[in-house]
Amino acid sequence: MVAIPSKHRSLTLLAGVLIAQLLMLAVQIKRDSHGRLIRVWAISAAYPFERSGAWGFGKIRGVWTHYFALHSTAQENEALRIENDALKLTIAQLQSRAAEADRLAAILNFKQSHEEVPLVAARVIAASAGTASRTVEIDRGERDGIKLNMAVITPDGAVGKVIEVFGSTAQVLLLTDKDGGAGAMLVDSRTQGVVGGTGEPMMQMKFVANEDTVGIGEKIVTSGMDKIFPKDIPIGTVLETKPGNPFKQIRVQPAAKLDRLEAVIVLLSQAPVEFKTETQSAPSTSTTQNATPGTPAAAEKP
Amino acid sequence: MNDTYELHGGETHIEVHKFYPGAVVLVAAAALVFQATVPVYFPRLNILELPLLVTIYFGLSRRNPSTGLLLGMTIGWAQDALSGPTVPIGYYGIAKTVIGYLASSIGARLDTEHPAARFSLIFAFYVVHQAVLVLVRRVLLAQPEQWFNVHLTIAAAVNALLGTVLFLGLDRLRRSA
Repeated sequence: MVAIPSKHRSLTLLAGVLIAQLLMLAVQIKRDSHGRLIRVWAISAAYPFERSGAWGFGKIRGVWTHYFALHSTAQENEALRIENDALKLTIAQLQSRAAEADRLAAILNFKQSHEEVPLVAARVIAASAGTASRTVEIDRGERDGIKLNMAVITPDGAVGKVIEVFGSTAQVLLLTDKDGGAGAMLVDSRTQGVVGGTGEPMMQMKFVANEDTVGIGEKIVTSGMDKIFPKDIPIGTVLETKPGNPFKQIRVQPAAKLDRLEAVIVLLSQAPVEFKTETQSAPSTSTTQNATPGTPAAAEKP
Repeated sequence: MNDTYELHGGETHIEVHKFYPGAVVLVAAAALVFQATVPVYFPRLNILELPLLVTIYFGLSRRNPSTGLLLGMTIGWAQDALSGPTVPIGYYGIAKTVIGYLASSIGARLDTEHPAARFSLIFAFYVVHQAVLVLVRRVLLAQPEQWFNVHLTIAAAVNALLGTVLFLGLDRLRRSA
């Protein structure tokens, strides 16, 4: 009798031979876009494991990172918070400097465009200590040619006048002070009066007859009659008007930002200063009354 | 060793034949050479699959699945090698490995000496052989190939007829008991 290989053995041999030939075919066959078939098979076979592995490692790493490896997170968080605060402070400083640069640029621009007018640019270095008065201190004084009663303005409009002069500093009385004021004129009606402070942010125009026509939003400029401010410097805008006794009560919004002064211009003479846009009149929108000539001339309050 | 053995499967007695030395190699080589050359001059003879017929014959005769599949693999590889660079090695090898295994396995269980049985088996093996080739071509080579058609049936019948006659001639190469 001959020892015939068992069915199991021959089946194993068949499977081995077929697999070997399939692999051999795969090595030879080259797909157009995927390279050799054996490579396609290898990648296809490995892909699920690679994807599972990547997913598993990603999860493990995520769990480790978010739940276990937090020993330095609090410290890092604190450092970031401190850094964030420092950055916020830096940003605020930079914004402040940028704003200051803008203001100085406006002053410089104004100065350059009025070279014929003798003026001095000054920086506001202090303000009044109390609410009883509205004054500011500037870093220019007698050495810079500053004298008493010189007009102080900004590119936006009138600010006030110099009331005290020291060697290198001076004090400026703002128009909003109770004692501050300037000879004023309504741009549209050419009605003259006096704009003075009330101790509040808003000013008041006085000595305008009830019969005079004053429109809300009407521009007010200096009249030049006070011998301090040159003519036609913007003072403000009519905010509210109502009949009074004996004169009309007119509230005025200052043209210059008197509550946020940081840089000003001191006019060394009364030479006229031309404001290009500020003197444009705005359309009247409110009360219309009969004008009465003979309004008192503007004058600085004592 | 005896030239002929007997397999006892139930009530049936199936002989296992041996051949003269070199007969298997020479016959296989002749079939391969015929397959590679004759259709060049007689294209219509391309329908014949002599290597397959040889594989079937020796598989049925030897009745040893391991030997049968190895013989089929060898003949298939040789056919692949002779078929030019466009046919990858293993294309015919896989198909003839399967046929060699099936022929040997069936030969070990059935009496395949009768011409009618041989005709039927060759016909079936030819279809299976072509099916494996189509499978390889479609799956591995990504080439569209029709599974069955009239040409396949005719080719199977022609090869079965030729094989039945050829097997009678090959029987003479068997060693006598």
